[in-house]
Amino acid sequence: MFAFIVRRITQAILVMLIISLIGFAIKQSVGDPIREITGISVSAAEREALREKLGLNDPFLVQWLRFIGKALQGDLGNSFYFKRPALQVILTKAPATLELVFSTSIIVVLLSVPIGIYAAVRPRSWLSRFFMGASIVGVSIPVFLSAILLIYVFSVGLGWLPSYGRGELVEIVPGWQSGYFTIDGLKHLILPSIALSSIMLPLFIRLIRAEMKEVLETEYIKFARAKGLKPGRILFVHAFKNTLLPVITVGGVQLGTLIAFTILTETVFQWKGMGSMFIESVERADTDLMVAYLVFVGFIFVTVNTLVDLVYGLVNPTVRISGRK
Amino acid sequence: MSVWREVKQSYFLYSFLRDPLAVASSFCLLILILASFGAPLVAPHNPYDTTTIDIMDAELPPLWHENGDNRFLLGTDSQGRDMLSTMLYGMRVSIIIGLGAVALQGVMGILVGLVAGYKGGQLEALLMRMADVQLSFSTYMVAIFFGALFQAAFGMGMYERFAIPLLIMIIGFAEWPQYARTVRASVMAEKKKEYVEAARVIGLRSSRIMWRHILPNTMTSVLVISTVQVANAIMSEAALSFIGLGMPVTRPSLGSLIKAGFDYIFSGSWWITLFPGIALVLLILSINLLGDWLRDFLNPKLYKE
Amino acid sequence: MNNRDQLLSVKDLSISFKLRRGALTAVNRVSFDLAKGERLGLVGESGAGKSVTGFGILNLVSKPGRITGGSIHFEGRDLTRLSEEELRRIRGNRISMIFQDPMMTLNPVLTIGTQMEETLLAHRNISRREAAAIALDRIRKVAISSPEKRLKQYPHEFSGGMRQRIVIAIALLTSPALIIADEPTTALDVTIQADILELLLHLCESEQMGLILITHDLAVVSQVTDRIAVMYAGMIMETGSTEQIITKPQHPYTRGLLGALPQNIPRGGRLKQIPGVMPSPSSIPPGCPFGDRCLSCEDVCRREVPPLTPKEAGCLAACHLLD
Repeated sequence: MFAFIVRRITQAILVMLIISLIGFAIKQSVGDPIREITGISVSAAEREALREKLGLNDPFLVQWLRFIGKALQGDLGNSFYFKRPALQVILTKAPATLELVFSTSIIVVLLSVPIGIYAAVRPRSWLSRFFMGASIVGVSIPVFLSAILLIYVFSVGLGWLPSYGRGELVEIVPGWQSGYFTIDGLKHLILPSIALSSIMLPLFIRLIRAEMKEVLETEYIKFARAKGLKPGRILFVHAFKNTLLPVITVGGVQLGTLIAFTILTETVFQWKGMGSMFIESVERADTDLMVAYLVFVGFIFVTVNTLVDLVYGLVNPTVRISGRK
Repeated sequence: MSVWREVKQSYFLYSFLRDPLAVASSFCLLILILASFGAPLVAPHNPYDTTTIDIMDAELPPLWHENGDNRFLLGTDSQGRDMLSTMLYGMRVSIIIGLGAVALQGVMGILVGLVAGYKGGQLEALLMRMADVQLSFSTYMVAIFFGALFQAAFGMGMYERFAIPLLIMIIGFAEWPQYARTVRASVMAEKKKEYVEAARVIGLRSSRIMWRHILPNTMTSVLVISTVQVANAIMSEAALSFIGLGMPVTRPSLGSLIKAGFDYIFSGSWWITLFPGIALVLLILSINLLGDWLRDFLNPKLYKE
Repeated sequence: MNNRDQLLSVKDLSISFKLRRGALTAVNRVSFDLAKGERLGLVGESGAGKSVTGFGILNLVSKPGRITGGSIHFEGRDLTRLSEEELRRIRGNRISMIFQDPMMTLNPVLTIGTQMEETLLAHRNISRREAAAIALDRIRKVAISSPEKRLKQYPHEFSGGMRQRIVIAIALLTSPALIIADEPTTALDVTIQADILELLLHLCESEQMGLILITHDLAVVSQVTDRIAVMYAGMIMETGSTEQIITKPQHPYTRGLLGALPQNIPRGGRLKQIPGVMPSPSSIPPGCPFGDRCLSCEDVCRREVPPLTPKEAGCLAACHLLD
């Protein structure tokens, strides 16, 4: 088990290094930091002097290491547009995205598990067919389209729910503006969360159903029946845990999809989170902020994926005891 | 003649015709493809010809509305372009990018998967690690990153000029891991079979074994994921266009049209977003349904009722 | 034979699979009896329908298979007429099963202890501690060392032979009247097979349990069973005492099987084979299913299915030519 942990963490560090390399390479090749600092009307000689002083003529490797060093201290460059450190900008916007992701995850977990299990256990019932049909349709509608449709029906058409922004916010912790604690904030959360879930939910329902179906066909489930165990126990003790394992693995990968879709959703709902910030930084060619976002999101991915792998290792006895995967 | 008869009598056709969903979705798909590729002939207007576009025609509702104009079946957009024609051309762009991207990712992925699966060892470990890591970032995220990267590197102007090949490259690059993993899994399974052992004993070169013997047997799994990947590629392109990293508004794909129309639903011109949206969903849905049917068909599960 | 004294009485049991292209009969009017404490070997080639019969007794045949006829009398009740809940109470309780591959049979994410205790808790109104005590006792009975430690371990921590012992221990937990063992040694090393069979034999004798041993291996069956039923293409061809079947087989198929055993061939002689292959359920010929391959096949064999009837030598056989 210990070997497993060490290996996973080493892998994580390696991947972070590669991400930092890519981010750094982007910074180097795109945009000219000198121009951003000094403007146009500065002589070539002065510009060259400035380059030398800032260490911009040093070899690639040296500059990269410097980049990593600064990143580890929390310095990911400065946002050209916001005139503030990039990391700071990201952190102010992060709570918005996190709250959205959190609400969506709750919806997805609470709904996909029972529906997925039901669809696997009673595949021929009309309810199951309905859910599977709805899932295919759900997966075929891009998230931004469902967002727009939701806005059109519930905002423009019925006027029940707001169509943009986060609404009234409450600062629960310094730097964290939360929308969970006001009715208005919650109202603003509803449509974006539903839009995001509309594409994640079908994914998970299909996944859980597929895994559960496979588990239900195994020999050990047949043996459990031969032992005369009650059907409830067979389903929730024998089958469920085995279904959960691959779902955790694949689910972890879906995190990336979730964050990508968050970018789209935030754009539609003008939700002031990291996603819309990223799009704006691309439009404005705010390279530092773009790269900072890349590294930050990369860090989140790697951390979450590593955690998911570790949890999987803890939960799956075949890994925990023999230490190998 | 005999080939046609073979097809007619084959289990493939039989199974296909028995499934109403498969027939309906392929029919729908066929119409969409024919309409979009036949756009120069079918479309009532040419949305790229600026001389035929009159800004005074902007935001006209579809035909059946009271303000509708019978020149524009589905209404016009904010610049006065006919919705139907623009959608047809846009769909063509979407499909081209989808197919192109899948071709690219297929070639890349199959190559990597074959080599990794057959050679094994360090090479395989390295390649598969790369694939896994890229997959964990999700293909949409990778596509967005690449898009942002290219746009920052090339600048808006150049990016728009070469949008189609760039998008094909971006989406192709983003999705190759899926093919690589599938092909590798297939190769691993085939490697154990006796015909590979036999080929090696005869003394065939590895590359020949890989190409002529193993590759054809992996085609089933490749085919199964290909349809889904086309749908995914079209979705990715739409998403990229929607956030501005895809097709420009001057040569829009369905995604760019939806983006352009989004601002107008508040002012009441819902058709600018809705119709491209419906077209996009129909396209992706029919591909997905067809893909599902194909997957079930190719999967040798003996006792399906 | 009177149904009443038999532990298990299977009469004209038929099981078919409903497929897209029609229904396939895997088990065709199979009948046999089992007395209390008796050990019966159900023998046949792969695909003859023996495993399906075994599962059919407890109505555990995988969909789309179902019992389409016949009766199964056990302890005074017809199992084919019971509800799922009533059957559940018999499974693992009065009739236990042992499957072929212990690695696939045991749930990898649950401890052995859990998998044993739950069987007891499902059928008896006892506490967990009592269940654990019984589990411990059974593990000792199957000769596994340090049983207390074992209960907390997971299946993958055991060797193949030990896993099968655990499966046997699970089968013994409720002191059932009958054990159905489906190819219990096929997935194990040859060296371990003998141990497992010895264990099964010993336990059945000491606990007075009936045993249906399903296997394709005549050697296995000859050591363990009292009686043998030979199956072919879904039908019983011959039933008799183990000794009679092995030494004086009556049915042409049984004769062919025994004749083909290497130990029955003189040294240096050619191995004997029954020509042809057993028909699959979708292509069973009319009349006697063995007809095509039988060297003594006659017209009546191709027309009428031979019934399983008593023959002179004291066995039951399905052959027109033995009357």
